[in-house]
Amino acid sequence: MRLDIRWPIGLMFAVLGALLAVYGGVTLGRPGTAPTGVPVNLMWGLVMLAFGLVMLAGAKRGGRAG
Amino acid sequence: MTHFTSLHWIDYAVMLVYFAFVIGIGVVLKRYVLSSTDFFLSGRSLPAWVTGLAFISANLGAQEVIGMGASGAKYGIATSHFYWVGAIPAMVFVGIFMMPFYYGSRARSVPEYLKLRFDEKTRGFNAISFATMTVFSSGISLYAMGKLLNLLVGWSFGTSILIAAGIVLVYTFLGGLGSAIYNEVLQFFLIVFGFAPLAFLGLRDVGGWSGLQERLVSVAQGNGFGDGAYTQSWTYMGHSASNPVGVEWFGLVMGLGFVLSFGYWCTDFLVVQRAMAANSMSAARRTPLIAAVPKMLMPFIVILPGMLALVVGPAPRPPQDVAATPAVATPSPAADGRRLTAAVAPAEATLASNEGNAAVEAMVRAPRPQASVERGRGIIPPKIDPVTGEPMRDGRGRLVLDYDLATPMMLVRFFPAGLLGLGLTALLASFMSGMAGNVTAFNTVWTCDIYQSYIRPGMPDGHYLKMGRIATVGGVAISLAAAYVAASFNNIMDLLQLVFAFVNAPLFATFALGMFWKRATGHGAFIGLVSGTLAAAVHHGLTLPAGAHVGVKGGYFGVLQTFPSELAQTFWTAIIAWTTCFVVTIAVSLLTKPRTDEDMKGLVYSLTPIQKDAAEPWYRRPASLGAVVLVAAVALNIIFW
Repeated sequence: MRLDIRWPIGLMFAVLGALLAVYGGVTLGRPGTAPTGVPVNLMWGLVMLAFGLVMLAGAKRGGRAG
Repeated sequence: MTHFTSLHWIDYAVMLVYFAFVIGIGVVLKRYVLSSTDFFLSGRSLPAWVTGLAFISANLGAQEVIGMGASGAKYGIATSHFYWVGAIPAMVFVGIFMMPFYYGSRARSVPEYLKLRFDEKTRGFNAISFATMTVFSSGISLYAMGKLLNLLVGWSFGTSILIAAGIVLVYTFLGGLGSAIYNEVLQFFLIVFGFAPLAFLGLRDVGGWSGLQERLVSVAQGNGFGDGAYTQSWTYMGHSASNPVGVEWFGLVMGLGFVLSFGYWCTDFLVVQRAMAANSMSAARRTPLIAAVPKMLMPFIVILPGMLALVVGPAPRPPQDVAATPAVATPSPAADGRRLTAAVAPAEATLASNEGNAAVEAMVRAPRPQASVERGRGIIPPKIDPVTGEPMRDGRGRLVLDYDLATPMMLVRFFPAGLLGLGLTALLASFMSGMAGNVTAFNTVWTCDIYQSYIRPGMPDGHYLKMGRIATVGGVAISLAAAYVAASFNNIMDLLQLVFAFVNAPLFATFALGMFWKRATGHGAFIGLVSGTLAAAVHHGLTLPAGAHVGVKGGYFGVLQTFPSELAQTFWTAIIAWTTCFVVTIAVSLLTKPRTDEDMKGLVYSLTPIQKDAAEPWYRRPASLGAVVLVAAVALNIIFW
């Protein structure tokens, strides 16, 4: 397969992470958005965004090496 | 009609992004599918880490995510035996010892290997039973998904299963196995990211692992077991009556750890097919070993939420919720009004079983003191009798809990809008990944082992590629039909589990003898397989789990023995089936004429050159990888002893 799978994985997680992080940031402090007291949308969104970017960086480096 | 929560726009946005990516992958990969090998084996072009993650993801279907959560709530940490005893050793074995024959023989499927090693009838028997099992199991997966989404968010059963099946069809039809594998890797990460926060937030709520241990003591005592029965995996395995699983260590190690586990991981084409798509023999052998690493850590993501569901309390409700708690209310899109609101569900929802719905109503309606009795335990609702609408009780008058709702209730309890969308998408991904695995295995076995062998042999490659695509549509259509059949029968899931035990357990004896004993013959293999399956039926027909009725659970030939649990009965059925197949295959083989050594080169261990891995660095050699994985699995068993 000539498509490096890290491209779709990286893109999807970057998009989903950004979406959750922005939503979590905007709704921060509103009732019901942090049922456990942890702003999980913002935190987990940033983790997913970081994972997505690492995958994209790997795909880019792999593409150049190939 | 009520359901557990309602969704916000952000939840739908997360789902739509995921759907766009899975279909996009199918569209992009379509241009690389030019031959039947590209379609069925992805052109044997994938690196080991990709096939490794697909290997575990194809197995990480919804039965796993929901079922292991349910078992976590029912049996506690002992559920980890399905991983650290019932998966890792077999995965190491298939990587080191069996993959050279599968990959090296150039067979396209497991039944095709059986034909090369034994004969046509052994292959036919396996191809037909396997093809039937795959479409039924993907249908049952669809049924479970439709039912769950209906219950959780009120979506119509018919629409949910049509959309999920439609998406799986589009990407497997376009890109074949390559597309299924790429999506499985994507789904694997999504499942991890979607469920990992659940264990974290749940543990934080109960005061960490030690807090969970303390709270589970009362659950263990309430069920008549020792204090640590739910948090220690081996300490209580001395006797079947002293642990919630109802099995003693010998039945567990032989039944689960040996027969069922090796039967599944070493012979089930659904997972083996992923390794066969690898780009080299070395990558194929590393596939199950790489898969074993995340597999070993899965209990923390899928079992822990089930255990936590037993002991966490309902969410503290904000003032707005308390004010807005009528018996039946329309769903509010506002994030703060979502928790456990009752809502009017679409009319089609009645198609799915009503289990649990009355429980939600009870949770919302009932005054506090009564609620604590009718609530079930933790956040797990009681199972509802579909006829009377009342919570079900066992022989001793205790509430029967609806364990399948343990993980879904945790999602609703701990995730706010946004993360809930991610969690539900992960749940959808697990259903779709399991279904795509079944459909791609089905189209290969149907086209290569049934159509090309018995119906239209000798046609050009393009014809079989076309048939592969038609079989994909057919497989999805039969799965949909099977989902509706499952919806109208109460016991079809039990029946299917039974068929798995009947078919997979003896098959491992056939493979073990076929690969490691060159004297095993085709007649021996076939008669052994048939006798093993019959022996399973006889044993099952003469035994019954405690408290079960005669019928699909066993005892139909008369009850000679009663087991403490269904699992104990399944483990012993598997042990009997395996032993019978093993002994009969040897006996018949010794009485029949073997094939020449020349015919079996590359198919039998003693007639195949040993793989030389010395050129690879140590961390890429299957043997050293396997050793690391085994040591880690032993360490986990000791930590949770």
